[in-house]
Amino acid sequence: MSTLSHRPASTEPMGAAQGNGAQGLVGLSAPRVDARAKATGEAKYAGDLQIPGLAYGKVLRSPYAHARIVRIDASRAQALPGVIAVLTGDDVLDINPYYGHAIKDRPLIAIDRVRFVGEPVAAVAAEDPQTAAEALELIEVEYEELPAAITLDAALAEDAPRLHVTELLKPGLFHGLGELKPQPGNICYHHAFARGDVEEAFAKADIVVEGEYHFPAVYQYSMEPHTTIAQWGDGEITVWSSCQHPFLVRAEIADLFGLPVANVRIVVPYLGGGFGSKSYTKLEPLTVALARKARRPVRIANTVDEAMVTTRRHGMKAWMRTAASADGRLLAREVRCWFDTGAYADNGPRVVATGADAAPGPYRWEAVKVDSWGVYTNTSPAGSYRAFGATHLQWIGEAQVDEIARRCGLDALQIRERNLLRPGEAVRPGGKPLDADLIGDIQKVAAALDWGTPKPANVGRGLSVGLLAAGAHPVSTAFARLEADGTATLYVSSTEVGQGVRTVFSQILATELALPVERVRVQGGDTLVTPYDRSTGASRSTTLAGLAVQRAGQELRAKLLEIAARVFGLPEEAIELRDGAVWHEGESISYPDLIRAHFGMVGGELIGRGEVRPEKGTGSYAEGPVFWEVCIGGAEVEVDPDTGKVTVRKAVSVADVGKAINPRLVKAQEMGGWLQGLGNALFEEMIYDEQTGQILNATLFDYHVPTIADLPASFVSTIVENEDGPGPYGAKGVGEGALAGATAAIVTALYDAGVRVTELPATPERVWRWLRERDSAAAGGAQSARE
Amino acid sequence: MIDRLDTRETESVPATGEAATTIRLETVVNGRPVSAEIEPRTLLLDFLRDRLGLTGAKRSCDVQVCGVCTVLLDGKPVSACSTLAYEAHGREVLTIEGLARFGELHPIQQAFMERTAIQCGFCTPGMILTTKALLDENPRPTREEIAAYLGGNLCRCTGYWMIIEAVEHAARLMAGEEDRS
Repeated sequence: MSTLSHRPASTEPMGAAQGNGAQGLVGLSAPRVDARAKATGEAKYAGDLQIPGLAYGKVLRSPYAHARIVRIDASRAQALPGVIAVLTGDDVLDINPYYGHAIKDRPLIAIDRVRFVGEPVAAVAAEDPQTAAEALELIEVEYEELPAAITLDAALAEDAPRLHVTELLKPGLFHGLGELKPQPGNICYHHAFARGDVEEAFAKADIVVEGEYHFPAVYQYSMEPHTTIAQWGDGEITVWSSCQHPFLVRAEIADLFGLPVANVRIVVPYLGGGFGSKSYTKLEPLTVALARKARRPVRIANTVDEAMVTTRRHGMKAWMRTAASADGRLLAREVRCWFDTGAYADNGPRVVATGADAAPGPYRWEAVKVDSWGVYTNTSPAGSYRAFGATHLQWIGEAQVDEIARRCGLDALQIRERNLLRPGEAVRPGGKPLDADLIGDIQKVAAALDWGTPKPANVGRGLSVGLLAAGAHPVSTAFARLEADGTATLYVSSTEVGQGVRTVFSQILATELALPVERVRVQGGDTLVTPYDRSTGASRSTTLAGLAVQRAGQELRAKLLEIAARVFGLPEEAIELRDGAVWHEGESISYPDLIRAHFGMVGGELIGRGEVRPEKGTGSYAEGPVFWEVCIGGAEVEVDPDTGKVTVRKAVSVADVGKAINPRLVKAQEMGGWLQGLGNALFEEMIYDEQTGQILNATLFDYHVPTIADLPASFVSTIVENEDGPGPYGAKGVGEGALAGATAAIVTALYDAGVRVTELPATPERVWRWLRERDSAAAGGAQSARE
Repeated sequence: MIDRLDTRETESVPATGEAATTIRLETVVNGRPVSAEIEPRTLLLDFLRDRLGLTGAKRSCDVQVCGVCTVLLDGKPVSACSTLAYEAHGREVLTIEGLARFGELHPIQQAFMERTAIQCGFCTPGMILTTKALLDENPRPTREEIAAYLGGNLCRCTGYWMIIEAVEHAARLMAGEEDRS
């Protein structure tokens, strides 16, 4: 393998951080607050928890893509010693068992019908996992197979079998996408927008590039598969779960089982990765139903093949055309894309809308028309995966921009400098104007790629830029306690999935309170204890929950100043907070002494609250997003013309984050996102048998995720801090842009090396075929020129 | 290489064990002797996690690809998900819980913390133990040697760069060198 020679990202100040007044800890790469627990094995994940009386759940899953359940006989399983309960569809008929935060289309366990291979048909709770597994073998299910629509084309055919009576489906609690209109056939959701006269723009264009493209279903592979423990009490439900959005899970569980939300408690331990796979509701309804029947706490832990049928990234096909003038001015773009959402909507409608938002790319268009559909198929449900929508569409739009540049004699950097939007320009009708310096960003990518310098044969360089509608809904709350001994505890419900949210929040609170970061403790998410946060995803936590944390800190700060003013007998302006104390000129009083003075005893505490909500308008999706996440990347690739194998020689990322509260964690996000983007571009693909709907590569032997051997030889990452974000200190989110940017940059680098990518992943076989097509087209062209 | 099992101990175990059949496992885990009756089919990972409460070794792929269940058996990394508990008979097991001594972190743990080689933490115990086996064998590995040795440990969060930095940092710490890089 080639030499690993990345530029170290460890040049920022590190080590034990000292508070030196406001901003003192912002921009410092403070060590992760959870690092010690994770390095010693003490950090607990859902599968590590033990509670008294815990039973073990296993799930019987459908072997058919589409079938009617004729009969289930669970009597032999029920009779097996050690079996506590067997759950089937008949056990949930006393409630409305349908859920789905966007569309209530999914029963928590199959009722009369299965719609994908892997759909839960029965679940067993037993004294130990082996007995539960043996009991599954004893459940007899008689199926009557139905015609299935496995692929997008099959589901869109006129005579396609229908998965749902879409006219009867009800909206979920949090679809957040305006009025949901019933759709025909297997269409789950349609999102469209148009601006300007597209036909006229294409009619007058000198250059038109057009093509059809395919993007595969991808497995997020959070290394910890979904794991949930549920306990059913007297009118109370407690769930410990590997979930990113505990408050949305709480609402759906309360809705399903007919309880007030206050009677449902969701506790979130450390998560072994998420990447969107643990967003919204996953195993929780089934586990609660099983615990309800067993009258015992039950754990269900997915295996990897079960995780793959629990959620995945949408496969997509798209048609796109782009128009330009002969001098390289981009004029118009028209896009139609179809997202395969599988058997149930999950987060499909949001993916469809976000994909539509990403489709035009960040360019100045005279006219744009985008239609985006979500389509039901008889495959496992698709939901969120890091940078959804942008990853699907950016590589396509950027490849077309490069083709236009080639035809009008510009290079890839020049055409972008001429056409990219500038800060303040409209991105889409009604949405937030652009809040980033994209031209400055892309120039940094080009510089890192040594743009314009000679390169060896079979080597290509590419850059890409796009925008991702980020932030989801701007609703977060937090509160903080300043204890009598001068330590602070932060209560916030953002999930620590590995991104470092507890570390960043401890820096923000420590900054506001002028405390050393070691004196701040961040409580994990628990809906009984920590206050409402909409979700952990869409790169929103630092920007939105972080703002709530800052405001909680500011309220505490105001209280400290008010008390100090009283104690000193001075105006508040004459007092400052520094090093865990209030100061006036040379005199100081420590926080513990101040709190003692306030309460008149040793004890008591001060409480600060922070709230974030839409400050104007309704916070609806149409008026969003909260910010545009910049998806940008650069790549240098080498193609082996004999085998089609692609090697990424150089990875470039630019993190346009407004303000890097912890630069080291920003780079960690960029590097991790980039390598996932490499996997998405070059080898990750869930392969479904088009007849049976079985996943043909449902193990990590067959489904290849990037290993340490897949590392590019060098990685250059730059952080841009224009303080133009809506978060604390001008921050905006990071974590997703590198993925979409990397995937598209690898595609444009391949384009530069002479490979026209129309389908991902760009496997060696596909690359080899595209090279042959190019060579035979060139030979044919040469021949016709001679004739 | 994994040593042969002590067949004198296994001879008395029926070839087709019924569910109730157990065998006695004598092993050493994190320096402490352990003696337990186990079913022959018991996996080392389940024995460590469920019987001994050592949950640092994680479960993910179940097929010896991902490395999150890595423990050291007589100093060599094995995937506990695909190793029978009885394979530890008469041998020594080291899990992540046994690496720190009296609260003092091992230099590899220190290095992973200082170089931000940890994100979600699910791969971390296995990564650290594989690194220990590497550095015990080869105290100053090249980047290529690090990448080759850690090829059986997946990480989905970090993109591996900071892990490589941490391993190099650990090598320097273990050699007692000043490390300002």
